[in-house]
Amino acid sequence: MIRLPAPKPEVLARRPEILAGLARLVPADALITEELRLRPYETDGLSAYRQMPMAVVLPRTTAEVAAVLRFCHQQGVRVIPRGAGTSLSGGALPLADAVVIGLMRMNRILEMNFEDRFAVVEAGVTNIGITQAVAGEGFFYAPDPSSQLACMIGGNVMMNSGGAHCLKYGVTANNLLGVKFVTIEGEIFEVGGTHLDGAGYDWLGLITGSEGQLGMVTEVTVRILRGPEGARAMLAAFSSIPVAGQAVDAIIGSGIIPVALEFMDRPCIHACEAFAHAGYPLDAEAMLIIEVEGSEAEQDALLARIRDICARFDPISMKVAESAEQSLAIWKGRKGAFGAVGRISPDYLCMDGTIPTGELPRVLGRITEMSEEYGLKVANVFHAGDGNLHPLIMFDANDPESFRKAEAFGADILKLCVEVGGCLTGEHGVGVEKRDLMHVQFTADELALQRSIKSAFDPDWLLNPAKVFPLLGETVLAGAA
Amino acid sequence: MMTPGTEQALAEAVRAAHAAREPLAIEGAGSKRAMLRPVQAARTLSTRGLTGITLYKPAELVISARAGTPVAEIEAALAEQGQQIIAEPPDLSALLGAGGATLGGVVATNLSGPRRIAWGSMRDHVLGIRAVKGDGEIFRSGGRVLKNVTGLDLCKLLAGSHGTLGVLTEITFKVLPAAEATGTLALAVPDLGAGVRALSAGLGSPFGVSGAALLPMGMAAMGLPGPVALLRIEDFSESVTYRTGRLREVLAPFGEISLFDGQAARSLWRGVRDATFLDAAPEDAVWRLSVAPSAAPAVCAALPGAKLLLDWGGGLIWVAGEASEAMHQAVVAAAGTGSFTLFRAPDALRHAVAVLPPEPPALAAISTRVKALLDPAGILNPGRMGR
Repeated sequence: MIRLPAPKPEVLARRPEILAGLARLVPADALITEELRLRPYETDGLSAYRQMPMAVVLPRTTAEVAAVLRFCHQQGVRVIPRGAGTSLSGGALPLADAVVIGLMRMNRILEMNFEDRFAVVEAGVTNIGITQAVAGEGFFYAPDPSSQLACMIGGNVMMNSGGAHCLKYGVTANNLLGVKFVTIEGEIFEVGGTHLDGAGYDWLGLITGSEGQLGMVTEVTVRILRGPEGARAMLAAFSSIPVAGQAVDAIIGSGIIPVALEFMDRPCIHACEAFAHAGYPLDAEAMLIIEVEGSEAEQDALLARIRDICARFDPISMKVAESAEQSLAIWKGRKGAFGAVGRISPDYLCMDGTIPTGELPRVLGRITEMSEEYGLKVANVFHAGDGNLHPLIMFDANDPESFRKAEAFGADILKLCVEVGGCLTGEHGVGVEKRDLMHVQFTADELALQRSIKSAFDPDWLLNPAKVFPLLGETVLAGAA
Repeated sequence: MMTPGTEQALAEAVRAAHAAREPLAIEGAGSKRAMLRPVQAARTLSTRGLTGITLYKPAELVISARAGTPVAEIEAALAEQGQQIIAEPPDLSALLGAGGATLGGVVATNLSGPRRIAWGSMRDHVLGIRAVKGDGEIFRSGGRVLKNVTGLDLCKLLAGSHGTLGVLTEITFKVLPAAEATGTLALAVPDLGAGVRALSAGLGSPFGVSGAALLPMGMAAMGLPGPVALLRIEDFSESVTYRTGRLREVLAPFGEISLFDGQAARSLWRGVRDATFLDAAPEDAVWRLSVAPSAAPAVCAALPGAKLLLDWGGGLIWVAGEASEAMHQAVVAAAGTGSFTLFRAPDALRHAVAVLPPEPPALAAISTRVKALLDPAGILNPGRMGR
């Protein structure tokens, strides 16, 4: 169960007029009001929480988005922006009195420019869709969240999505040139453009990662990069978590910038191996997947350097991919990690805190203790290079007590992340999930400042309410799954 | 001038100025005072008393320092561990006539050097800030970890705000290992169009070009009197050898190629970074434009007689020319949908013209509200950004 703002009675009472008003703004096929067709929009990637919206609008143009926002603003109707609905933090969870504006029909690639290395795409283009569109010329779009087959670039902008390759290529914010932005009043303007680092305040940076609190983005200009000649991975398995952590430090300290540096603990290794048969070492306490880029000879040289470094830490085993196929096999288990854990546990919560990498042994040790205290299993997989943890807490959603414990366990992990100098969320966003923990990371004054900046964009707090900030005012309990 | 030695004392000074509605010129070492519009304030508040590296974890690629710490001091500390500031911030003392740039200054102005094209801007690497609002309240945003999407990102907003939204007191940012070796290819190109196409070909190659500049006036001292395109590779030694070789093949159609490495290559890139290759005359005004690279040849052609230096694949254009309103209007028109900064000019011109592009009206209204939140009495660097 999750607390949500109480629906506005005056909005619910005017539902027929509001729906009629929306019907005048968009074609008939772009407005969903009947319960059966609203159902798919009641939740997102955080499916433990559900709430039916009042209506769903699926605009095809920026002008339609602006018209709907203007109308909702005039009518005092809350708005939930939605991309593919893959948010793991409940970023697209509706409210009973809200209109969901889904951008999945805005899925055109508007421009690809290889000389200036950018692409202009509508918000509903999938993350992988950008890379697929430019791959023929050898280019790619760098941020690669694990939901990249489904998630949409508009959602990536709103959540400042990351991925496995951030250590080298940065997150969404570092790969944007501009957006087309629509305010709650329905005003449309461009932020940024096709050039780098425009002079003046960095509104693009503020909008990125704002979780739908400030406005909606309908078009995005992304940087596209020429891909490397090739890439290959190796794995190295260690007898303890601290030793694996030391190996990570040594690799980074050597001057090599691996394009990816992933870490899995024993429960995760076992789950992935059972699922993917990737040849992972079952006797290891910790395993690293390290990927490098370059020509074949450069890959060989870098992998040899990394192998030598890992050898200093008495690895249980090491396996260097000899080919792109072997590299894919090494990645197969990691990419299927969430699914693999899903196979051994009916349900799991995926946490997303970040810690200073030096705190890794201490934090993982404490998570193991907590796992025993709560009586819930946990598997850890994360981006070791940047300290972004993804503990997967296994529970049974049919048992309310198990779910309650899993949530409490997750909250304790995130508090621990903040306590050791990290943060609540590295790439999934605050959403509804971590909203009530914001006071752990920020002072009341800092939260008030962030709230006031939202108010500068959205004075009536109509945009994606109940997310990011702890609730103020009257609330109701919304149904759990 | 006030130079408080602690964040608390600085906050007190701002609080007092806020209460008295007394404008303050906010600066670090004051090395960029010549940029944008002169601040109208009787008193200056400098962060130069707030110095020192407060945290440095080489294995975590993270460093924190107080805002007044000289960039040179940070670079020296990083160099000891074989690391560097990723965005390669410029030393503009030759251009602006004052040196000693501080960390707070390069973040507040978001000035990045040649490596920006490949590895991101100063702003991109800021992980966390501490700052003092215009009412004297201290706040933090971000943190000290490499990935963080918790709450609104005020770090980005403050970076590049020229001290008008808050006084930065401490900054945490990501660093990376410095490359073992560097190699630079210099191409004699027939004109700027060919030069930008060569840079695009290099940046569009898989060889990891980390600098892509164009010197319209060439390098006469090195026997290259016409336009010269420069492309840099930074990597392990064997990779630099391999990659410059492969890049040579890619660039062969564009012109005669010579190779620079070691100290010669490094000093070339310092000249690009610090815009000394612009060769601005003392009486010239200087502008800094950011455009899509393929627009650069037309931008340059629209400014006959101006001195030019291009970086970031052609997208960053330094312009030096007559310090007049007519020239300013020509530069603004040439920038088109790109961005411009009046970087250096006599005070009269700095007061007379828009020193930065205007925001669209709907955004300007939001901007005014956000400015009022962060600086309610409008005392922080009033007029600096043109309003």
